[in-house]
Amino acid sequence: MKKKKVFAVLASALAFIFITGSVWAGQLAIKGSTTVLPIAQKTVEAFMKENPDIKISLSGGGSSNGIKALIDGTTDVANASRFIKDKEVKMAVDKGVYPVPFACAYDSIIPVTHPDNSLTNITTAQLKDIYTGKIRNFKEIGGPDLKIVAISRDTSSGTYETWEKKIMKKERVMPRASVMASNGAIVQAVSANKNAIGYIGIGYLNTSVKALTVDGVEGTEETTLNGQFPISRPLFMFTNGWPKGDTLKYIKFVLSPKKGQNNVSESGYVRLY
Amino acid sequence: MVEKRQITEKMMQIFFFCIASASITILFLIMIFLFKEGLPILNTVSVKEFLFGEYWYPTSEPADFGIFSLIVASLAVTFLSALISVPLGVMTAIYLAEIASHKVGEIVKPLVELLAALPSVVIGFFGMVLVAPFLQEVFDVPTGLNLFNAALMLAFMAVPTICSISEDAIHSVPVALKEASLALGATHLETIIKVIIPASISGICTGIILGMSRAVGETMVVLMIAGGAAMVPESVFDPVRPMPASIASEMGEAPIGSDHYYALFATGIVLFILTLIFNIIADYITNKYRQVGEASL
Repeated sequence: MKKKKVFAVLASALAFIFITGSVWAGQLAIKGSTTVLPIAQKTVEAFMKENPDIKISLSGGGSSNGIKALIDGTTDVANASRFIKDKEVKMAVDKGVYPVPFACAYDSIIPVTHPDNSLTNITTAQLKDIYTGKIRNFKEIGGPDLKIVAISRDTSSGTYETWEKKIMKKERVMPRASVMASNGAIVQAVSANKNAIGYIGIGYLNTSVKALTVDGVEGTEETTLNGQFPISRPLFMFTNGWPKGDTLKYIKFVLSPKKGQNNVSESGYVRLY
Repeated sequence: MVEKRQITEKMMQIFFFCIASASITILFLIMIFLFKEGLPILNTVSVKEFLFGEYWYPTSEPADFGIFSLIVASLAVTFLSALISVPLGVMTAIYLAEIASHKVGEIVKPLVELLAALPSVVIGFFGMVLVAPFLQEVFDVPTGLNLFNAALMLAFMAVPTICSISEDAIHSVPVALKEASLALGATHLETIIKVIIPASISGICTGIILGMSRAVGETMVVLMIAGGAAMVPESVFDPVRPMPASIASEMGEAPIGSDHYYALFATGIVLFILTLIFNIIADYITNKYRQVGEASL
């Protein structure tokens, strides 16, 4: 008898977990780029505070996976750090899905050095040569006579993805480059090392490191938005057709200058307005 | 009455059996999961390419999944930290067990063991903020976040393990052995080198290998201060990327079910096998050189 009772209790406990689990699972699914993920995280948190009845499930997985999920109908919003490709549009239309893009922020990546480094400007070609290992001393590009320690981000981060696309142009970052796991770690490493050069999202800039101008352009919100600064790109959220219901509510929240756009700045990106 | 006692006895047996098998089963299941998630990478690359491939570019197109530089980095960091921690740990143990007065030992031993309680993130932060700029200055190297720094910090973490286990081993050497040696006219130093150490060598080796297996699997420290460059180091001041650092920094962003994800789990398998080997060796040494009586010395 006792055994049966224990079994019943266990079974009901398990059933409870499963049932409530499925109720908690989001009614709104967001998936995609790791670059957009910090924005999505902040906006989702703020959005759910405002709308406690709407539950959202958020996951990363990369731009391609996000758009694929949108086409398969397994997500409501696909985050992407690039525009949709022709091939994907075709695939979507074939399945009766019409992806609508919403630019939600700009990502701007600033190369940084130690504050004592006399170097002030660098070109995109020089940056590429540094990260492929062709340039190994700052004096080769008009800086002090110091060996260069190139610091990169781990390859799955969104910041690295932007850097790869805008600077490396299909070439690989050399194995010798140090790899840090976060923007903060790069700031810490660069501020403590006169030989170091690194790159960080614009929101992580502070006085402990020195921002370099790229091709003569200073990386600011203004030069990012008018397209002058070379290492920047818009970030997108795609929906299936014009968004409706909760999806529309969320997209509106993200684009709202007083709500979602503040979260954009908080996550270290450039706001649209 | 007798029957009731027997039932209780039986119940207790079953109870303990269940507890023991539960923990073993869970560990076993974790191992199965590790292999299940790691082996699919072999559909993409061969074992040889994976273990001896020089390039680790898991996200580029086409991707390269060679963890040779990561394995070398793990081994190099562990070996270098052993060079630092073994003399420190063993000599501290000898001092504590043989030379220090009882009072000093009472105070110092808990202090050394307290070192083991230092969270690895604290040691990592210490290495990053204080040791790295110091090394850079003193050795005039481009970056202080390198193999040597990581090995130094790992050595700090291994010393308490090595010291504590060795001290126990030395302490448990029969007094008769020591007294016999002294009675024959050997000095204290001779006794330590020729009698005490050989008699406790199995315990000391176990301590060393357990300390090393802690160093090889340690994640936070190498993630923070090894530098993270996936290359085969040419000097001790080159940045490296040991396996745990690679797994920890990339796992969060690797899409589940992708080749990158499988490759990271496969790296975990390699790491698992490496620590397993360490532990088997430790076990073997403990049993083989166990000092059973006093006659076998």
